Formats: sequence, C-alpha cells, structure tokens
Amino acid sequence: MTETAHPIPAAVAALVPRLRRICGGDGVLTDASRRRVYESDGLTRHRAVPGVVVLPTTAEQVTAVVRLCAETGVPFVPRGAGTGLSAGALPHPEGVLLSTSRMRRIIEVDPDNECAVVEPGVANLDVSRAAAPYGLYYAPDPSSQQVCSVGGNVAENSGGAHCLKYGFTVDHVRGLDVVTPQGALLRLGGKAPDAPGHDLIGAFVGSEGTLGIATRITVGLTRLPERTVTLLSAFTSMDAGGRAVSAIIAAGVLPSAIEMMDALAIEAAEAAVACDYPAGAACVLIVELDGPAVEVEAELAEVVRLCASAGAFETRTAADADERARIWKGRKSAFAAVGRISPAYIVQDGVVPRTALPEVLRRITELSAESGIRVANVFHAGDGNLHPLVLFDDAEPGAAERAEEVSGAILDLCVEHGGSITGEHGVGVDKACKMPRMYSPDDLETFDLFRRALDPRGIANPDKLLPTPRLCGEVPGVRRGAHPLVESGEAEQF
Amino acid sequence: MTRQGIEDVRAGGPDDAVCGVVPTHVARPRDTETLGRLLAGAAERGWSVAVRGGGTAQDWGGRPRTVDLLVDTGALTWIDHDAGDLVVEVGAGTPVAELTATLAKAGQRLSVDPVRAGGTVGGLLATGVCGPRRLRTGTLRNLVIGMTVVRADGVVARSGGRVVKNVAGYDLAKLHTGGYGTLGVIASAAFRLHPLPPALRVLDAPLPSREAATRALAALRRSTVVPAAVELDRAPGGRSHLHVVLEGTSAGVEARADETVRVLGAALAVEGRGTPGDGGTAMARGEGHGGTEDATSSDRAPENGVRVTDRLPDGWGLLPTEGTLIRLSVPPARSAAAAARAAELGDAVGTDLRTTGSARAGALVVAVPPGASAEVIGLLLEGLRSVPEWSATVLRAEPHVHEAGVDLWGEVPGLAVMRAIKDALDPGHRLAPGRFVTDRPDDLREEP
Repeated sequence: MTETAHPIPAAVAALVPRLRRICGGDGVLTDASRRRVYESDGLTRHRAVPGVVVLPTTAEQVTAVVRLCAETGVPFVPRGAGTGLSAGALPHPEGVLLSTSRMRRIIEVDPDNECAVVEPGVANLDVSRAAAPYGLYYAPDPSSQQVCSVGGNVAENSGGAHCLKYGFTVDHVRGLDVVTPQGALLRLGGKAPDAPGHDLIGAFVGSEGTLGIATRITVGLTRLPERTVTLLSAFTSMDAGGRAVSAIIAAGVLPSAIEMMDALAIEAAEAAVACDYPAGAACVLIVELDGPAVEVEAELAEVVRLCASAGAFETRTAADADERARIWKGRKSAFAAVGRISPAYIVQDGVVPRTALPEVLRRITELSAESGIRVANVFHAGDGNLHPLVLFDDAEPGAAERAEEVSGAILDLCVEHGGSITGEHGVGVDKACKMPRMYSPDDLETFDLFRRALDPRGIANPDKLLPTPRLCGEVPGVRRGAHPLVESGEAEQF
Repeated sequence: MTRQGIEDVRAGGPDDAVCGVVPTHVARPRDTETLGRLLAGAAERGWSVAVRGGGTAQDWGGRPRTVDLLVDTGALTWIDHDAGDLVVEVGAGTPVAELTATLAKAGQRLSVDPVRAGGTVGGLLATGVCGPRRLRTGTLRNLVIGMTVVRADGVVARSGGRVVKNVAGYDLAKLHTGGYGTLGVIASAAFRLHPLPPALRVLDAPLPSREAATRALAALRRSTVVPAAVELDRAPGGRSHLHVVLEGTSAGVEARADETVRVLGAALAVEGRGTPGDGGTAMARGEGHGGTEDATSSDRAPENGVRVTDRLPDGWGLLPTEGTLIRLSVPPARSAAAAARAAELGDAVGTDLRTTGSARAGALVVAVPPGASAEVIGLLLEGLRSVPEWSATVLRAEPHVHEAGVDLWGEVPGLAVMRAIKDALDPGHRLAPGRFVTDRPDDLREEP
C-alpha cells in the first residue's frame, strides 16, 4: 500500500504545524507508514489509520493538544500500550491519536504512604518492580502486565487473575491528573483518600478514554503477602470443578485467584507447552491463596478437602515460585495455545453470576454441539468471568459468521443469567452495539447525558462505549493466531 | 385529571425538617416506579426535592435552600440476597441493621462500618462515609456494583449490575455514592459481599505520644499481619489509642494477634528513651519495658499496655450524634500528625476535639463538641486546610454554623466538572439545592 492511500485529512493537516510546535518535530507522526503502526489495538479485526499521531511527553503538551482539538472540533483517541481487546484505542481516521508511550516516568514510590505516582505510559509491571524493594507491589495484574500501561489500565478499569481478592484498577487509584475533553487539566485526589466532592476518580476509571486522558496517576501499593500457595486440582467433569468452586466460596474462603480450564483448553495447552496437567482431566482448577502464613495454611487444608469431596482425582500444591510458575504455565499459555489448534478464534469476555456457571457452561456445550463450532473454555471462575474461545477456520466459507453467532449467543446467555457483556476487556467499538442487550434506552441516555457533560462536542474517543447508528452495522471482532505482542514475546495473555 | 405523579402526599411538619428546613410536602413511594412518577410530577411542578431514609443524616451536608417535597424511602424496603454469589440487591429504604441481620444468617456481610446507628442503605450511600474497617475490602464505593437511581426528571436509570466483575458502561454509582442525593434519588443498589470472618481479635494500644503513634503505624505498615482496620482514637485531653482489628480463622487471628502485639510492643517500647510526648498521660504503662532498640529483637512480647480482646469496642465506628463533624483526609503517613494538629488547633481555640478514623488510610473525622461557635469551626477548618494535600470538609454542622455561612467544603478540585454533571442530570438544580458543594452559596454568587 502506498502512502497516498492514507492522505492526512485536511482538517487534521491544518493542525500539524501547531501540533509540532506543541510536541516537537519528533513528537508528531505524519508518514502513513508510521501512522499505520497504530492502526489497531489488541483487537486487530478493527483497523483505521489515524489522521495524525502525537507523542507528547508532558501533561502540558497533552493539555495543549486536547485544547487544539477542542478548539477545532477534531476528535482525539487516547492510546496506552495498545494491548486492549475491545478496539477501545481504534484510531479515528480524521482525528488525532494521542499516545502516552513517551510518558513513562515513575515519578515517585512512597512506601510511607503505600503509594506510587506514575505517568500514564508506565508499564503495569514496572510499578511492582519499583515497589518491590519496599516489600510492596501494585495489585491489579492484567495478563498483559509486562507491557500494558497504567494509563490504559485506568481507561479500562483493568482487573487480572487476582482481582477476585484484590479488586480492579478503580480500587487502587487514589489520585488522577486528567485532561478533560475541553482541555482543562484537573488534579483529582492524591496521596490522601476520599477526595472531596463527587467521586470523579471513580467515574473516570473505566471510562475508556471518553472523558479525557490521565496524565499522572497515584496508585495505592499493597504489602507483599507473607505466603502464597498455588494449587491445581483435576476433575473428570466441568460440573465437578464447578461444585468445587461453589464449595470454596461457600466455605468463606477468599482465594486471590480461581481459574478453570476445560478439556479442549487443556489439550491445547498440553500440545503447546507440555504443561503436564494430570492425564484424563476434563477440567482443571487453579486456586491461589495468599496472606499471613497461618491463614494460608488453614485455607489450603480446607480447599484441598473441598476439592477432594467435589470429586478431584488429583490435587497438586506448589509452594515455591518455580512450582507455582509450572502450574500457571498451562493456564497462561491457553490463549496462544488455542491459536495453534485452530486457524482463527474469537475471544469472548462475558460474566455470569458464579452460581450460574454450571448451567451456562452446559448451554455453551450445547451451542457448540448444535453449531459444530468448537469452544474452549478458559476463565476466571471465582468471579464468573468467562473467556470462551470460539474456534473456526477462516478459510472455510461462512465459518466466521457461524462462529460470531455462537459468540453472540454466549453473550446473550450471560445477559439472560443476570451477568455482563464484558468483565474486563471493555466495550470499546467491539461491544458498543451490544450495550442495549444489557441496558435500557433510559440507562443509555443517562450514560450519554453524563458523557456529554464532560465532552459536549463529542471529540473524546467518539464511537466507543455507547452505541451509535454509524457504528452498529459492524461485525464483532475476530482474531487470527496470537496477539502481535504475544507473538513477539512482549506479553502474555490469559 | 390532576397532573401526573403526585399521590399520597401529606403536609410536612417540624419533624420532617432537613437541616432545619421544613418541607412543604412529604411522600412515601411504595416502589421504584411510584418514585419515578413522583419525581416526574415534582419536575412538572418545579419542586425542589430532598430525601430521607432513616432520618439520621438530615443535618448532614449543606442546608437546602428549599424543600418542596421530601421523599421518604421508608417503604422501599426489600432485600434480594444471592448468597451463593456473595451479592445482594437492596431497596434504598432498607435499614442497614436489617440488611446486616439478613446477611449474617447466611454467614455474610457488607464489609463496612456504618458511622450512624439506625440509618438506611440509601442514606449510607448518599452520605458515603464509613468507618475504619476499610483496609482489606475498601469502602462503600468499592463495594457498590450496581445502582438504580431516579433522575430529577423522573426517569429510572440503572448502571452496573449484579455481578462483581463488570466494565460495561459508566460507573455512575460512584458519583451518587457520597452525592447527598443531588444527582438523583437512589432507589436501590447492589453490593459485593464478603464472608463473615470466623474469628476476630482487637488490639488496643495506648499511645504515649505522637511520635510513638507514628512509629507504631510505620511498624504495622511494614508487617504482613494484614489488619482489617487500624483505628486511631485521640480523645479530648490527649489520650490516644490505636485499635488494630484482625479478622480470619481462629488459629490465624491468634497467631497474628501475637505478632501484632510484638510489632506494636517493639515500636512503643522505644518510648522509654525519653522521647517527649505531646500527651504523656498514657506514658506510665510503657515504663519498665524496652528502653533500648534491643527491644525490637526481643522474642518476649513486650506488652506496653497492649490489650487483646475478641470483640470490637462499644460504639465501634459510630460518630457522635451531636456537634460538628469534620472529615479530614490526609496522606496516611501523616495521620498521627493530623490528629495532633487538630488537637493543637482545638487547644488554641479552647475546644476539646476528638479525632478518630482509619490511620492506615489517612481517613479521619474530627468531632467538635456541640455549641462551638461558627468562628471556632472556621478557624479549625482554616488551620486544617492550610496544610498541602490535606482536605477538610464538614459532614455535619449546627444551625448557627450554617447561618454564619462557614465554607463547608474548602477547595474542591474538579468542581467545574462536578457542576457540569449536575447541570446535565439535574438542570433545574431541584435536587436538594444547597446541600452539596456543586451549588454552595459562593458558587451561586458567580452566576449572573
């Protein structure tokens, strides 16, 4: 493709000289080849070459860029590391893509106040690395944590395998500097808790870049637990595994993570990384417990007992980091592994009440049988967050459409059972048209009133999060093979 | 036919007053739909609207300019508990005590300490303040997973849902939590629950000085005992105590309590070297222990007056029901200094203050005895607000303080955005006008 295939739209071209004055010559990308690098996030089915890319280094530059957009009505799309899975960072072809990738300073780690102050482009895991010398870490751990940015986590309210116990990004953000869509730089909260007035931090986290851009983030840090134990239990049926999960929760145990894989996911993981899970397992459960050693010991004994009575035929316990890594290896490789047994697949991200898991899993099996479309199940069982992988061969005519039908039907199941269309990947472009399945027109109108209060001109990440007529003819996302960052070894995904 | 919506309205009386303002009408809708029609009717008439749950916080927040209609949520009482999912959805008028009792039967709880006895779930949410047990499971804002709100125009709108993990749509419940009903009337809410811990230990450590308090808090931060609460209680006269709450299995809390006694004992034992105290009254209990830094490596638990019990102190988390309450938020490492600063300011104006709250979180409340003059309150606020990074907002003031026009809020970053949200959701500013910072008097003066 030649550069002329993606000329800079006139409205954007008119901004370029001013953008250069704001961000410097090397902070503005206009070459089509360089802009094309940003054409998608982790959901590669959706692509659009941005009108221009800016790489600001300071909050002042971000503010100036957004003010310019506000003045001219040119839309902007914030982007962190681009690992998102809902096309929330899909560029606007006639807009500015504002990447925080050069805002990577860890401004401060403050062990006395158990917090860190960082710029939005800092990688999630780097916060924990910087905090480790003080015996602290940053709890939210999305699977892309090696590369995904804290700013992106704020936009998406990212969770991770351990959010069952430790909560989501919103539960850890104490302070935010935000550039609003109208170009005001606000400093909300800080090291002190409970900022006065309305909880704008709470409303901003998870707003998917539609309410502005965070330029500085104060996150709470958590004391590293005295003890962490990981346990793997193998079952001959998903029902038995599900019973174990219910029993653990009913016993009042709160593990830091409960993950589940079905036979197809296990088979894929075995083929890919030889994770050596118990032979004949139709379901494995990974349970992680952490906290004071005495509490972990007591809970571990209880969990082992509960898994056995639910029908586990083998349970392994890992006490050191190496053994734990071995147990996690199969789970963490599952998405990539499925890419090896199927030419293409769709990752779904629905949530059901935990008690509805057995029923929903049975219905997914039926859907799979009826359609002839294979579905591998890998999910966060503790909080009912399903990640069914809907497998298909994209070379086969009609297969993609049938896979999308199954994927959509799974989401319908989630909503029917009182769940959600997205537990952690966000709405973005991908699910904007599915919002009416979960919310009434009045609910959606209220969301829109709120959004327009902050962004009256509709320039902040337009066409994301809420359904629009322009958007809602499009098909949901399909992935082929591994995520580009997984392929290059920069990230894991699970 | 009369205009829509207004049914079963009675005249308001002195007992219905909100911050001293007697409402013209009072209505008690029987369900969310009725509440919706009621608010639509009020909108048509241009009525100002305030809400009452248990009536325990009618004197919280700013004084409303007018109340044409008081909505009594007393009939919105229902509990839909999904024990297996550790989730509950509750009508706003449900008494917190009733919810607690229902959940306890299933071995579960909503993990917050109410600060008022007799309140409702809606009132708990609308005021948004809760007590010290916030270190493991957060505060109310972290536990609300869905909310149904009736807008100023009567439209019923829901955000979130009934599953804990859910990122679909804006989390509007965060804005209503602590919003004093000024963005909408809360009809119901869904919460994430936690299992009731099988065992509890409460450590009560007298703090001989501000330095000792700071050291004890730092030592606790470095330990891995994972307390549910670390509460500082600085009583009038300078006596200070630290309450550490441990929750878990019975074997677990026993061992963690021993460890905590050791940690606190070591931190407090250093006092023997003669660090000057700012209170000093509790010094005696610390004498005879430690005296050198070797105390920190001693395997014999130095007691230093640390008592261990298996129950919470009486009135745990509850705030005084009279007088002025100031919410003081500070960076956590400054908690002891903040309590001391409040006391100094109190001494300077001749008032005995009590400061309590989560020292580990930096979330304190300064209680001023009833009768303190508006000038005294103003001086206290000024003194507390003069420290960078601290914020001091008045949760409850007495009528003479309102009349004197004391600024209850101080500097509120993001106020322009909050007002834009208010304008969008309640364009007529009819919901509790004057009760929240978005239309405090000095802001109104800016308007033409």
